[in-house]
Amino acid sequence: MAVLLLAEVNDGELALDATAKAVSASKALGDVTVLAVGASAKAAGEAAAKIAGVSKVLVAEDALYGHRLAEPVSALIVSLAGDYSHIVAPATTDAKNIMPRVAALLDVMILTDVTAVVDADTFERPIYAGNAIQTVKSKDEKKVITFRTSTFDAAGDGGSASVADAATAEDPALSEWVEDSMAASDRPELTSAKIVVSGGRGVGSKDDFALIEGLADKLGAAVGASRAAVDSGYAPNDWQVGQTGKVVAPELYVAVGISGAIQHLAGMKDSKVIVAINKDEEAPIFQVADYGLVADLFEAVPALTEKL
Amino acid sequence: MKVLVPVKRVIDYNVKVRVKADGSGVDLANVKMSMNPFDEIAVEEAIRLKEAGKAEEVVVVSIGVKQAQETLRTALAMGADRAILVVAADDVHTDIEPLAVAKILKGVIDEEAPGLVIAGKQSIDNDMNATGQMLAALLGWSQATFANELDIDGDAAVVKREVDGGLQTIKVKMPAIVTADLRLNEPRYASLPNIMKAKKKPLDEKTADDYGVDVSPRLEIVKTSEPEARSAGEMVPDVDTLVAKLKEKGIV
Repeated sequence: MAVLLLAEVNDGELALDATAKAVSASKALGDVTVLAVGASAKAAGEAAAKIAGVSKVLVAEDALYGHRLAEPVSALIVSLAGDYSHIVAPATTDAKNIMPRVAALLDVMILTDVTAVVDADTFERPIYAGNAIQTVKSKDEKKVITFRTSTFDAAGDGGSASVADAATAEDPALSEWVEDSMAASDRPELTSAKIVVSGGRGVGSKDDFALIEGLADKLGAAVGASRAAVDSGYAPNDWQVGQTGKVVAPELYVAVGISGAIQHLAGMKDSKVIVAINKDEEAPIFQVADYGLVADLFEAVPALTEKL
Repeated sequence: MKVLVPVKRVIDYNVKVRVKADGSGVDLANVKMSMNPFDEIAVEEAIRLKEAGKAEEVVVVSIGVKQAQETLRTALAMGADRAILVVAADDVHTDIEPLAVAKILKGVIDEEAPGLVIAGKQSIDNDMNATGQMLAALLGWSQATFANELDIDGDAAVVKREVDGGLQTIKVKMPAIVTADLRLNEPRYASLPNIMKAKKKPLDEKTADDYGVDVSPRLEIVKTSEPEARSAGEMVPDVDTLVAKLKEKGIV
């Protein structure tokens, strides 16, 4: 058995946390070959070679892969798929876009958001927004999998895998990149942060979200938001925590003005310690919180920011 | 241009999900079922394209049990023109896998030749997030997933996508598959006159065999279980107590 693992590479830089978590998820499945793809991917490939448990790194560096569009990257993975029993990736939006296309090209079913590996054919994944956990056994010869990173620990460093170039595949020429609109931030990345402070509809406006950001900055935390806050325009889409947004499991999750819809809980209930601040004592978020505080967030959050 | 929208009948998003005691799955008997919320957004987007004069016809397709015709009627009441039901299961508990759904949809598309397919990005039952991408692969078409904004520009679609870092805009050659994310639009409610009118709109009934597709699952369901429950902790009276508790635990 052998694993081909699509590394998460953003603008030439390896997303180490997501990639290392996928490496540890793959450990039981065979020798891990990491594939680094991008317009610039060499440095990312070299960084991936240092992850413990990686036996080989393939680098596919070409302008064609600059924005990791699904069509050319899928064609590349399929061209390399031959010897591998498992083709895997961390469940980022990039991989969620690419991997089902790879699976269909190989005529196999995809396994998305896998949270546990039972054996080489059998996996656990959440369904119904995490309200049920399904154990499924794949009958396909090759398995194509995305791993939900929040449930795996990152593999350590100390690896010294060999790095080789991969031949580029044909360009399907179906799509082109136009632009990115990504906010630069000094804050930690949401899915790998040790502490996350999230705001919900209760925050009330985009301006008042500064309160949430102030508390986050005091704690060195990432900022998250509920779907309601994003839908209302208080926070950008990449802050959304939940079943269809990002799934996080930090040491500390502070939920402010979030009622706790099941959709949101699915994205944060594996956090080690949950603090909830809400003025409605009936809010369902209190049923999962380790520490609940019934208070007006406009008084409690500034006080908390000051006292920490 | 013809726009095709696949829709799925799923458990209503307000219904509390119950895992069956024998571990065979989730109880769907006598439970309120509705159109998958992401598919409603896809239907709405297709209707808006028609209203803007960018599409001539909106065809909705559902694959599953016979009762999925109710879901198709909902889409027709919203404003779709015509519906195709592909019966592929007898039991509401049988979930047709995305790969088989994509194969059937490919069969429908080979006959219908739409210029654009708009699908929901994910269904809220199996949470796979796969059908659109798989369909694009089988057709050899371009794909623009997780759409936040969609514009038609000649023979291309310009799509703003919701990605981990923020928003990415791509331009895809048509015919193309677009999958709808939450903020693409806010779907309309069907009015009573439109619900009545929808009853007279054409709804063709087919089977998976008509498209020569084997729908037997590739993934065998070993068991379905309840997630580990998280119990409530303690309520604290004020900010000072909260700070003290967090310090005691050594997390701040």
